[in-house]
Amino acid sequence: MNRLALLALTALLSQASAVTITIATVNNPDMVTMQKLTPEFNKKYPDIQVKWVTLPENELRQKITLDVASGAGSFDIATVGAYEVPIWAKNGWLEPLTPLFGKNPDIVKSYNLADVLPGVRSALTVGGSLYAVPFYAESSMTYYNKDLFKAAGLTMPAQPTWTQIQTFASKIHNPAKGVYGVCLRGLPGWGENMALFTTMVNTYGGRWFDQGWQAQLNTPAWKNAMTFYVNLVKKYGPPGATGNGFTENLTLMSQGKCGMWVDATVAAGFLSDPSSSKITKSVGFAKAPVGTTARGNNWYWSWNLAIPKSTKQEDAAFKFLTWATSKDYIALVAKTKGTWASVPPGTRTSTYQNANYKKAAGAFSGLVLSSINSADVNKATKDPVPYTGVQYVAIPEFQALGTQVGQYLAGALSGQYTVDQALKLSQDAANKTAREGGYQK
Amino acid sequence: MQAQIRLRNALLTLVTYLIAAAFLFPLVWMFMAAFKTEAQAFATPPVFVFTPVLENFGHALGSYFPALRNSLVAAVGSTVLAFILGLPAAFALAVYPTRRAQGVLTWMLSTKFMPAVGVIVPLFLIFRNLHLLDTLPGLILMYTTMNLPLVVWMMHSYMTEIPYAIYEAAKVDGASVGQEFFGIALPLSTPGMAATALLCLIFAWNEVFFALNLTNSDAAPLSVFISQFKTSEGLFWAQMSAAATLTVLPVLIFGWIAQRQLVRGLSFGAVK
Repeated sequence: MNRLALLALTALLSQASAVTITIATVNNPDMVTMQKLTPEFNKKYPDIQVKWVTLPENELRQKITLDVASGAGSFDIATVGAYEVPIWAKNGWLEPLTPLFGKNPDIVKSYNLADVLPGVRSALTVGGSLYAVPFYAESSMTYYNKDLFKAAGLTMPAQPTWTQIQTFASKIHNPAKGVYGVCLRGLPGWGENMALFTTMVNTYGGRWFDQGWQAQLNTPAWKNAMTFYVNLVKKYGPPGATGNGFTENLTLMSQGKCGMWVDATVAAGFLSDPSSSKITKSVGFAKAPVGTTARGNNWYWSWNLAIPKSTKQEDAAFKFLTWATSKDYIALVAKTKGTWASVPPGTRTSTYQNANYKKAAGAFSGLVLSSINSADVNKATKDPVPYTGVQYVAIPEFQALGTQVGQYLAGALSGQYTVDQALKLSQDAANKTAREGGYQK
Repeated sequence: MQAQIRLRNALLTLVTYLIAAAFLFPLVWMFMAAFKTEAQAFATPPVFVFTPVLENFGHALGSYFPALRNSLVAAVGSTVLAFILGLPAAFALAVYPTRRAQGVLTWMLSTKFMPAVGVIVPLFLIFRNLHLLDTLPGLILMYTTMNLPLVVWMMHSYMTEIPYAIYEAAKVDGASVGQEFFGIALPLSTPGMAATALLCLIFAWNEVFFALNLTNSDAAPLSVFISQFKTSEGLFWAQMSAAATLTVLPVLIFGWIAQRQLVRGLSFGAVK
């Protein structure tokens, strides 16, 4: 009888010591893998139960913002994009991770923060403190169809210019056969057409704002970039380009319908995957094109794990966060998936030194690494700017502004506006944002 | 003459079928996409002939049942609660109206005028302070307040249809207000109650905005379950269609069964 009571007591106590953490995330393939590997985390930390909340990107952003700003504390870990990390850190919404590393010397050793790519670390560091750790990171690069290039007698240089892209596109473009010279994002949105277009503006020497937060969208750099983009996509792009975002272009490219495509480095894995791509043998890789300057021609994005300030399970959350972004986790994904090509890319030097990874992703791994390393959120423009970010401006108002300008850009592409009209509207919108946000003094 | 009438009837039938087909097409398309591979579901031109696959349902079923339970509890719970609160109110406003009855009714309806997004922040804070975030009682409460004006308005119009003479006869026999309510008003407005209940259930079942903002994992209903399939990297239409098919199915079956009651109930309050 006594023994039974003791057993019950032990059971009760162990129940009491178990904590539950809730993780909010998006449904991207790498995050789905992370969810599926939760039992592996429980093998290491049996006392920590994990609950998942999966939502589309915009809904998630809105929900976490509401939750964190009101201190509701529903989430112990959130997946946060590179754009939000500095904004949320400045708002005091995220737990600084540096002190947590200090409190856990055993984790510090196995985690090896120095292994995380320097550029990625610096993008997640605000005021000297680290606020998030990268789950996977990406830059942008040029994809091309080697078969179509060969048929047209063309060779892609390792570092193409936008003018070369246009020349190549003109020689490959053959809409009668369903082949388009170049596929580029046209779908309006700050994270869609504006991600690509802002890199074009950067490399044509432009910037969103000068040091005094005066909008710079009426400068020749913007005009050159927009004129070039509109001409290129109108003449040598697929029909209805204003409806094409990442997914649509990925489908076109993987079906062999595009000569070239400039987009996220994560697409390299998808285009090399025989279950979804018809061009696994003929896909070629090159750096993101440059215009008049080599600054900011390729973007930087990462999905990161961070701990909202409102959490009550800081220690358990820290354990999960360091587990899911560790070197061991990356090896675990490779083991579970049966291939190193499927591991979350762009976060650790050790991944790119791993012989198995080089073997599985050799065709593009070096290029991805050098692209991520060369994308600097602090120096993305020819002239100095008061903000950080390559393909975005890291202020809260940019989501709305970027999407608005994205609509004007799509309007210029569809013929609704001339380039001059679109730029005038964009310039006014940018100045209005800077004025109303209190940035302009 | 005969031939002309036959032709007209045939044409009318054809038009009716065409309209029905147009209404049904999105549903059928979703149903078809649920059985396609991701690549087929996304293909242009659209694929009409294909070998059906079941793997999407395998993916979708993973977290379906907890969400189904939450949807059932929230929809049924809120409908019952809205009825408990709304029926006496409708009865009082219909049978014993005061000078301000019309004003009260309009005020109730006016709560539906404001867009949901306008009240979400205060609601969220109230829910947070009452510890109702991500709980089923919280969701039931939310849907009850959402459906209450509907219950009062619909039941009010059904109850006004009941001839006042019946109540007078009952009063002569010495019936109390309670007896009038339970013995006359409720039994005589059963078809109306059925129609109202079905509408409440459907509204609660399909609601997504409050569910998305006020629940996370424990109380997340089917509408939130569908949304989680969306991703910005990779294809998801087939999986999402499978999830949506699983979500509409219970309501569709229930609607089918209740069809006769519903039609009767909806026309009950009309011109008579």
